[in-house]
Amino acid sequence: MRKVGVVGAGMTLFRRRLQETGKELSFEAARMALDQAKMEIGDIDAVVHGTAPDAFDGVHMKGEYLLDGSGGTRKPYMRVFTGGGTGVFSAIAGYWHVASGLADVALVVNEEKMSSCQPHPQSVFAHIWDPILDRPLKPNLVWIFAMEMNRYMTIHNIPYEDIARVAVKNKRNAVGHPCAQLADGDITLEDVMNSEIMAWPVRRLDISPPSDGAAAVVLASEDVVKKRRLRDQTAWIKGVGWCIDSTMWTDRDLYFPEYVARAAKMAYRQAKIDRPKKQIDFAEPYDPFDYKELHHLEGLGLADKGKAGLMTREGVTERDGDLPVCPSGGLLGVGNPIAATLGIKVGELYWQLTGQAGKRQIPNEVHTGVCQAWGDLMQYGSVVVMGT
Amino acid sequence: MTARVTRWPGVELGSKDLESGKVTTVRFRPEAKFAWSAGEAMSRFLAELQRGRLIARECKSCGRILFPPRMFCEECFRPTDGWVYVRDTGTIETYSISYLDTDARRITEPILVGVVSLDGASPKMGLMHYFGEMTTKEIRIGMKVQAKWRPPESRVGSVLDIEFFRPRKGAER
Repeated sequence: MRKVGVVGAGMTLFRRRLQETGKELSFEAARMALDQAKMEIGDIDAVVHGTAPDAFDGVHMKGEYLLDGSGGTRKPYMRVFTGGGTGVFSAIAGYWHVASGLADVALVVNEEKMSSCQPHPQSVFAHIWDPILDRPLKPNLVWIFAMEMNRYMTIHNIPYEDIARVAVKNKRNAVGHPCAQLADGDITLEDVMNSEIMAWPVRRLDISPPSDGAAAVVLASEDVVKKRRLRDQTAWIKGVGWCIDSTMWTDRDLYFPEYVARAAKMAYRQAKIDRPKKQIDFAEPYDPFDYKELHHLEGLGLADKGKAGLMTREGVTERDGDLPVCPSGGLLGVGNPIAATLGIKVGELYWQLTGQAGKRQIPNEVHTGVCQAWGDLMQYGSVVVMGT
Repeated sequence: MTARVTRWPGVELGSKDLESGKVTTVRFRPEAKFAWSAGEAMSRFLAELQRGRLIARECKSCGRILFPPRMFCEECFRPTDGWVYVRDTGTIETYSISYLDTDARRITEPILVGVVSLDGASPKMGLMHYFGEMTTKEIRIGMKVQAKWRPPESRVGSVLDIEFFRPRKGAER
């Protein structure tokens, strides 16, 4: 397979509600990524669009609906959707276009507009559950997280405050992010721990907000990077992995994300990483809820099982710690427009590795980072390792 | 780039902008309706629920008793071999105390909900259901529970033929 680099990235503001349509947001993010890559749409060989359930928009064939905004007309184009995992998975799909040699340059555009769904996107989340086994119980999406979080913290005996610290860290980190929706430099542990109980053990500030937004990255082969003299603004994709576990989620022990571990193993093998704790300098795991960051750090092999909370308490995962985690501010701080989280996962790795992260730049030199997204019924993991 | 870019696209709207008609909106309410065929495994499962019983399928290749039942084993990837009843007693694997309803509206009387693994099925295999006749202080992971069935005449062939799972009498609390 050929070497593939990220040569440009773009993203819009993440907000509860934006005036632009999904198509307009896709265009804005794609245009910014092209400008950063010093390219025009004619330089793009293939386009991958990532976006989550059609039901949010009330428009089927969402890939086609957004197509013109993501620059895919009259090109090889595909829409990918792997639940919340789309945020990283679309970049993997872009990667294989270029790595295989079928394309020299691929544009990956992710968009989400959750505000269109009234009165709250929660009502269409009800449609992800099994119609026979789950839906008669009138489930709420937060239940998923509450049940998984409870299993995780009970099995390992993790104090709630070690989980709440993740929300504090990420909302503070987001202060440096120009697109952030819920940055809060003054937030305290008490604020999170005393916030309203939604579905115990989940409290309001444990949860990332629904958002509108879009993000994009341009992926190029090594030849293109050389020819166009883009080396200084390139971060290389070193390994990719993805994995999904059974949809029969009531048959699995939710305390450990086995599918993330398998996806990470696949990515690490390709990236020649056998000691992730030593070889990975920083991470952007998926953090729609604070405990998920910890859960995923363990799945990624960056923390021992049940120990990620302790690492957080000891400051290891702070931006200036030994293993900075979610230096972007994550979904908790920047926002959670599901697929568009590409901008704070793959995008953040890119900006950090090329020294373009501005106020968010990790003070220690970083050479290798890993990002990960998660989705579906607690079953999907997508992982990308990038390096200088 | 975060340092160099001066304009980050996007125009924020408040919910008032939408309600007051300050911005142009177009509205639509879908009227989709569905009737799902329950299929082989679930049709029998629902019929057994109406009779007050829980049924699983056995895979002779891996030896698992698969609950909820399915006609094929997703791991061995072969047809399952036969029907096996499991008990209506089990263990709370995880739970939540929810102050949110389906549409994320706040409720004052919390819903106790979680996963119960069933005795007789393979380890950790169970279903999501409500818990009752226990307080928010009493509920815990590992608690032994038993189904509280609705009276036979009011069962309809649904997971709701079980009202909830309650503490199992005589079991260690």
